[in-house]
Amino acid sequence: MSAVGLYVPGTGPLHRVPAGPKLLALLVTGVALVAAAHLWISVAALAAAVAVYPVAGLSLRHAFRVVRVLWPFLLGIAVFQTLMGEWTEAVRLCAQLGALVLLANAVTLTTRVSAMLDLFQRLARPLRHVGVDPDRVGLVLALTVRSIPMVGQAWRAAREGYLARGMSGRPHLLVVPVIVQLLRMAEATGEALVARGMDEGEREA
Amino acid sequence: MPVQRTTDVRYRGLTARDLALIAVFAALIAALSMFVAIPIPFSPVPITLQTLGVMLAGALIGWKRGTLAVAVLLALGFAGLPLFAGGRGGLAVLVGPSGGMVLGWLLGALVIGALTELMLRNGRYRFWKGAAINVLGGMVVIYAVGVPWMAVVLGDGALASLMAVAVYLPGDLAKAVIAALIAATVHRAYPIPPAGRPVISAEEDRA
Amino acid sequence: MLRLEGVSHAYDGNPVLHGVDLELREHRIGVIGANGSGKSTLARTLNGLVLPDAGRVWLGEWNTHRHARHIRRRVGFVFSDAANQIIMPTVAEDVEVGLRPLKLGREETARRVDGILERYGLAAHRDHPAHLLSGGQRQMLALASVLATEPEVLVCDEPTTLLDRRNTRMVHRVLDTLEQQVVLFTHDLDLLAGFDRVLVVDGGRVVHDGSPEDSVAFYTRLMDATPATPHDPDPVAGPAAEPGSTPDPAPEPGGRR
Repeated sequence: MSAVGLYVPGTGPLHRVPAGPKLLALLVTGVALVAAAHLWISVAALAAAVAVYPVAGLSLRHAFRVVRVLWPFLLGIAVFQTLMGEWTEAVRLCAQLGALVLLANAVTLTTRVSAMLDLFQRLARPLRHVGVDPDRVGLVLALTVRSIPMVGQAWRAAREGYLARGMSGRPHLLVVPVIVQLLRMAEATGEALVARGMDEGEREA
Repeated sequence: MPVQRTTDVRYRGLTARDLALIAVFAALIAALSMFVAIPIPFSPVPITLQTLGVMLAGALIGWKRGTLAVAVLLALGFAGLPLFAGGRGGLAVLVGPSGGMVLGWLLGALVIGALTELMLRNGRYRFWKGAAINVLGGMVVIYAVGVPWMAVVLGDGALASLMAVAVYLPGDLAKAVIAALIAATVHRAYPIPPAGRPVISAEEDRA
Repeated sequence: MLRLEGVSHAYDGNPVLHGVDLELREHRIGVIGANGSGKSTLARTLNGLVLPDAGRVWLGEWNTHRHARHIRRRVGFVFSDAANQIIMPTVAEDVEVGLRPLKLGREETARRVDGILERYGLAAHRDHPAHLLSGGQRQMLALASVLATEPEVLVCDEPTTLLDRRNTRMVHRVLDTLEQQVVLFTHDLDLLAGFDRVLVVDGGRVVHDGSPEDSVAFYTRLMDATPATPHDPDPVAGPAAEPGSTPDPAPEPGGRR
C-alpha cells in the first residue's frame, strides 16, 4: 500500500520494533493501567509516555496534537471528580487517558500503515475457517484507498450535471446523485475486476 | 413441499461487485469524516458525517457488505490512515474515549443492515420504519458499546452517559432521519441487488 | 446570441483554450476536434460550467462570470453520459425537478411534464427508475428534461457517443426538429449534414470555420496527418478535460499532512 498516512519516517528505537510487539505492549500497558487504578502508577505512565516521544525521535508537537483533541473529556473528568470531592481520582484518570492515547499514538507514528495492515491480516487469519479469503481482504483494502478520491469525483460529476441543468440553491438534491454515481462506479469496478481476472467473483466466500 | 423449495432463492458468498461496493462505502464513510467537518465552538473534534456514512452503509448495501465496509474502514483507520473525524486516525482513536463508539459502528451497521433487508424483503423502503431502524442500530446499539467503554476511560458511568448525550445524541438523531430520507430515495432510484450469488436451496440440499 | 471574447483556460497550468473569439449566430452549429483538443472545455464555457481564466462568454448582455445562473437556464446542456445529469429517482420526477425554478404552478408543471414525456416517447416509463432506462431512453430523458425548460440554446457535448446507430438517429431527429439554436460538439461527422456552420478545434484554438463539407474535409486531413501511434501522449487532456471519465491520480489520503 502506497499510502503514508500518519506514519512519521525515522530510525529511532521504536521504529525498529516490529508492529506485533508494539501492539502487544500497548495492550498490556492499557490493561495494567486500568486494572491497577493507582494514582502514582498512572502519573508515572504519563511521564514515561511523554518521554517516549523524544526517545523515539518524534517531535513533542505530535504529542500535543493528539492530547489537544481530548481536552473536553479531560475537563469533564476534572470537573466531575472534583465535584465528587475526589480530585486525586481526577488526576489519576486524566493521567491514565493521556498516557494511553500518547502511547497508542506513538505506536501509530512509528509503524508503517502497510506493516500494521499486515499484522491485522495475520491476526485475522483464523477467520479463514469461516470463509474469509486473505487475498480478497487485501484487494478490498487496496480498492478502498483507491475509492476515496472517487467520492470527490462522483461529487464533481453530479454537481456538474446539477449546474448544467440550471439548478441552484438546492444542494440536498445532489446527495442521491452522488450515491448513485458511486454505485455505478462500484458496478463498473466489479466488472473490471472480473474482466481482468483479479477476482473471479465465483468463489465460495 | 420440495416443489416449493426449488423456488426459494438464497444468496451466498460475495461477488466482485460486492467487494467494490464494500470498498466504495468504506471510502464514502471516510470521505464523510475527512471532507465534511463542521467545527463546533469549544470542541476540537468537529461534527462530521461519519455516523451518517455508517447508517447509509447498513441501510443501502445490507448487513453483510455494510458491516464489512465498516470493518475495512476501521482496519485502515487504526493502521494509521487519517480517516476518522477531523483527519484523526491510528490507535489513539481506539484507546480514546470514543473508541467504543467507533467499534460499535460494526454492530450498528450489522443491525441496520439486517433490519433494513428484512423490511425490503417484505416490501419497499418506508421512511419512518427506516428512521426507527437507524435510531436503533445507529444510536442504541452503538451507544450500548460506546458508553460502557467511555465509562471505563472517563472513570464514571454517569459522566460517560452525560458526555454521550451532550456530544453525540443531537447530531446522531438528525443523521438517523437524514440517512432514512437518503436511503428511501436511493432505493427508488437505483435498486441495489443483494450480496452474493443466487443459489437455489434445493441444489444446496443435494450438494 | 452567444459570443466568446478572448476565452483562454488552463487546468492546473495546462493550457486548454487559447484566446478563442467566436460569435455563434447560426441556427445549427457543429464543433469537431480530436480528444483533448479543448472541445469539451469549450462546450462547458458556453453555459458557465467552466469559467474561463481569461476572456468572457456573453449571452446578450450577460456574461457567464457574473450571471452564470441566468445563462444556465437559457443555455441547455446535454452530456454524453446522461446518467451524469439525472438528478431524481424516477423519469417524471427528473423532468419535474428541472421545471421547479420556473415556478409554473403545480398544474402547468404537471401538464408540461406529461407533454414532454409524451413527445419523447417516455410516457410509458414515467414512474420507472431513471437510471434503469436503456442507454437510448436515458439520453432521451436527458434531452427531454433540458428541453422542458425551453432554453434558447441547446449545447450538446458528444450526445451520441454512448449510443447505437438507431438511438443516434433518434437523437439526431430530435435535434433536427428543434426551433432552438443547437451547438453540437461531436465526433460523429454524419450528424453535421445540413448544419449551417462547423468549427474545427485543435490545440485549444478554432483552426477552421466553414460549411460542414469544408470543415469535415479539413478535419479529416488534420487527423490523418498526425501519426496514430499508441505512445503519442495527449498534451492537453488533463483529468478535468473529460470530467468524470478519467480516474484521478494515485490516491493519497495521507498526503494531507
